[in-house]
Amino acid sequence: MTKLTNLTIADALTGLSKGDFSAVELTSAHLDAMAAKRSLNAYITETPELALEQAKESDARRAAGRAGALDGIPLGIKDLFATKDVLTTAASHILDGFKPQYESTVSQKLKDAGSVMLGKLNLDEFAMGSSNTTSYHGNVVNPWKSKSDPAKQLVPGGSSGGSGAAVAARIAMGATGTDTGGSIRQPAAFCGVTGIKPTYGRCSRWGIVAFASSLDQAGPMARTVKDCALMLNVMAGHDPKDSTSAPIAVPDFAAALTGDIRGLKVGIPKEYRPDGLSDEVNKVWEQGIEWLKAAGATPVEITLPHTKYALPTYYIVAPAEASSNLARYDGVRFGLRVKGDSLDDMYKKTRAAGFGAEVRRRIMIGTYVLSAGYYDAYYTKAQKVRRLIAEDFKKAFETVDVILTPTAPSAAFGIGDNTDDPVTMWLNDVFTIPTSLAGLPGLSLPAGLSADGLPMGLQLIGRPFDEETVFKVAGVMESAAGFTATPAGVAGNETNAGSARGGV
Amino acid sequence: MSLDRTTVRNIAELARIEVRDDELDHLAGELSGILTFVEQLAEVNTDGIAPMASVADITLPMRQDVINDGGYAEAVLANAPDAVREDEGGFFTVPKVVE
Amino acid sequence: MIIQGETCDWEIVIGLEVHAQVISNSKLFSGAPTEFGGAPNNQVSFVDAGFPGMLPVINEKCVEQAVRTGLGLKAKVNLTSVFARKNYFYADLPQGYQISQYDQPIIGEGTLLIDLDDGSTRPIGIERLHLEQDAGKSIHDQHPSKSFIDLNRSGVALMEIVSKPDMRSPEEAGAYLTKLRTILRYLGTCDGNMQEGSMRCDANVSVRPVGSTELRTRCEIKNVNSIRFVQQAIEYEARRHIDVYESGGDIKQETRLFDSVKGETRSMRSKEHAHDYRYFPDPDLLPLVISQELVDGIKATLPELPDEKKARFMSEYGLNSYDAGVMVAEKDSAEFFEIVAKGRDGKTAANWVMGDFFATMNSKPEYTWANPPVSAENLGRMIDLIKDGTISTRLAKDVFIFMVESGKDPATIVEEKGLKQVTDTGAIEAAIDAVFAANPDKVAEVKAGKDKLMGWFVGQVMKATQGKANPGMLNELIAKKFKE
Ligand SMILES: [Mg+2]
Ligand SMILES: [Zn+2]
Repeated sequence: MTKLTNLTIADALTGLSKGDFSAVELTSAHLDAMAAKRSLNAYITETPELALEQAKESDARRAAGRAGALDGIPLGIKDLFATKDVLTTAASHILDGFKPQYESTVSQKLKDAGSVMLGKLNLDEFAMGSSNTTSYHGNVVNPWKSKSDPAKQLVPGGSSGGSGAAVAARIAMGATGTDTGGSIRQPAAFCGVTGIKPTYGRCSRWGIVAFASSLDQAGPMARTVKDCALMLNVMAGHDPKDSTSAPIAVPDFAAALTGDIRGLKVGIPKEYRPDGLSDEVNKVWEQGIEWLKAAGATPVEITLPHTKYALPTYYIVAPAEASSNLARYDGVRFGLRVKGDSLDDMYKKTRAAGFGAEVRRRIMIGTYVLSAGYYDAYYTKAQKVRRLIAEDFKKAFETVDVILTPTAPSAAFGIGDNTDDPVTMWLNDVFTIPTSLAGLPGLSLPAGLSADGLPMGLQLIGRPFDEETVFKVAGVMESAAGFTATPAGVAGNETNAGSARGGV
Repeated sequence: MSLDRTTVRNIAELARIEVRDDELDHLAGELSGILTFVEQLAEVNTDGIAPMASVADITLPMRQDVINDGGYAEAVLANAPDAVREDEGGFFTVPKVVE
Repeated sequence: MIIQGETCDWEIVIGLEVHAQVISNSKLFSGAPTEFGGAPNNQVSFVDAGFPGMLPVINEKCVEQAVRTGLGLKAKVNLTSVFARKNYFYADLPQGYQISQYDQPIIGEGTLLIDLDDGSTRPIGIERLHLEQDAGKSIHDQHPSKSFIDLNRSGVALMEIVSKPDMRSPEEAGAYLTKLRTILRYLGTCDGNMQEGSMRCDANVSVRPVGSTELRTRCEIKNVNSIRFVQQAIEYEARRHIDVYESGGDIKQETRLFDSVKGETRSMRSKEHAHDYRYFPDPDLLPLVISQELVDGIKATLPELPDEKKARFMSEYGLNSYDAGVMVAEKDSAEFFEIVAKGRDGKTAANWVMGDFFATMNSKPEYTWANPPVSAENLGRMIDLIKDGTISTRLAKDVFIFMVESGKDPATIVEEKGLKQVTDTGAIEAAIDAVFAANPDKVAEVKAGKDKLMGWFVGQVMKATQGKANPGMLNELIAKKFKE
């Protein structure tokens, strides 16, 4: 029998329902694996007791014939979701000791569906980062090793780096992520897993520590397209507690995986070939286009002329919103307080000690672009360009059904690389940010391996609230890609193992 | 835009983040680099384009005027550093403010 | 009001910003209660306390109340408005920003008619009205080195009503606040209680030489909690500006605090920081769009407002402007008056309400509009008894007192106390004869031309009839008797 930790969620649900194993066994297997892989630093907080208790309850429910959609499935929760009575840090020092007295809507829905929480997953501080190197609780290590330098520690991507690493390393069957500018898709690509940022408004933001409210979206990360669909079925839905939550019914995303994409038009944006794009990534992209053609879809070259401006737009809008969203971390009601002589002194010392360098930098940029005299030149301008970017997509979707792009310009890089200049680091999100600004659904799936043996992802972008088409096309690509490779330590191996049809 | 030390200090003041004098130059350099990067937006023609604050294609939903929240001072104060606990009044505290 | 200075005559320019607490059960963006006076931090949701991940959802009642108030101020209702964040750090501002409205408020320009003491009125422009959250409360006197924070008020809906700088005297400012409070109470959108802080006023004051149209630097006096104090603060501040200008100085724009004990304003230390609120549209809230139908529906339920009521009282009941103004100042007094006056002589009704009734009403704290000393119905019936001659106006004063004491209706009192006036000519003549017989010397004096004594005779006869003689008949009969 396959190791329990190697099962997909879909297969685990079948196994549980057939009684092949219990939720307690499944959870225990994951808890053991977690203990063995602490060096990845994927979890900030492990909750083994809670997990076993939930697993027991799950088995009881199943025995009573009341199993939910994800009953008994052990998941990791990104530590940006408030979880009642469980430490919630946003990977920041400033939330020291914070135990929310409430549960986020998305994690509550997952609980209600019977899933088991293994713990809280590491991330970039306040989800600000693309490499999971800004966490107060330390870097997350990508379980994948480069062939040329197996000793080198690679980044898992970010900000949902803990989620990506945990799913790839088989220490969670699936995980929640959040995506503001690529924080689900880019780590999914770097870790060789699948993740989807649904349409803005599809999942409730209630109870998720806010980074940039007009961009933040929760989504699932798992090892297959179907697993993501199963998780999103549970996570999505209108929430009256979030005024930006869409009052739109949730279809059965898993049912969309028909395998039939004949006649679909797939947009290939010509602007997605910037200078820094690696040849390997470009090759996987070409490969992806071929797979879709072979399945009966038609590639169509499209133009998204304002693509180039997405990054600067994002780096005005997101910090502006963040500077305001993070004002509540002031040492008064929760988290860290550093003593000061006066109220202002206390604020300044607390926030200087509580926020890491990247967060402080973004708060300051955000503060500046909103300040008197600069608001119009920066913030208003960015909002106007944002509309142009959204309109680019709208126009494109008049002729195509889905858009295919690379997820990130390269495969995972080493921890400590790309850190000298913040702007260079931001280029990781060049393909994911436009989608975020336009609020569209975007899915990343592993499509191949680089020469160095590292996974590379492709991104599928859909129309607003048309995750079904995205899933359908992703399902076809997943079959074509045949990505069976696993990172080091999964198949008892010390290095990566297996293969993929895509790549070199 | 190249930011000077005074501007950086003012931003830090507005954001209530303590910045040491010896950090100012480095920070000014970083922030200036970022601003220079984002300023490429100036080349985009946005005449007649309305700013887009949200992609959500709905208007603001409203709730009914019913009381269905609050009444849990203990939970509200549970995480507070240096709070006056409920049995002694139930307050958050801050260093004394002189108005 | 003109203030004579050393160098020239000065005029005061006043604009007022009123924060009026919206009457609603729950807060603007959360389901926590708004009630005044709960245990500290117990009327607080995680939203109000700015916890991570908490999101605002707007209360439709608060929106309706703002529209209602806008309509009451004859103002433009903006069908689309936008909530913005006003960013600043303060101990009782948990989110680090206040959700307010900035360049797109729910209500635009309107007008408020102030009623001045001489009976005249003057229109004062309303600049805007917007919805925003209240902050919590800092308590500074409980601990030597700490301030305590209570967030019960945090998130309560406020309407900030901003006037144009149209007022020229403390009296006009007082009249504006009085009238605004009256309108809010008529509309039921704010209880107008300044002591409890449900209506708070910031005054923007500047001065300029009479005849000039410039707007000089203004100072904002924050959170003054009574109309009288607002007037005192404005007067003090205006004189301070004039002193500064006349001694060659300059006024710097600042926020000041009114010390009601000293009767002075002083610079506010905590507001010394230069502010940069960095307003931007709140990304947690989409634009607020309301329908014209909603506005029309609210319009249809507006009560008759004080200005219209006053005009009607003048035309329908013949009141003068001053009396009508007094009657409509409170919705309850207007309703009371109208019950008394309906179908009767309006002036008589007004005289009784403004005279004996108001005097009694103000004499004891237990008298309220819900528990008046005399019911409007009984006061009306008493006026009927005067009209039909059952009692004289003089007797009515006694009947009124008995009504206050017993709560009985006037007819019963007249019956029980035998207060029916004597209109029987014979009976009055008999009484006159008796007085004449007892005072032949005084009769002679009158007849000799000492007319002044006539009044004495009237009094004596009235006394003999225990005040019940019809005064008109009595005067007539005595005059006749002397001519005999
Ligand atoms: Mg104001
Ligand atoms: Zn205000």
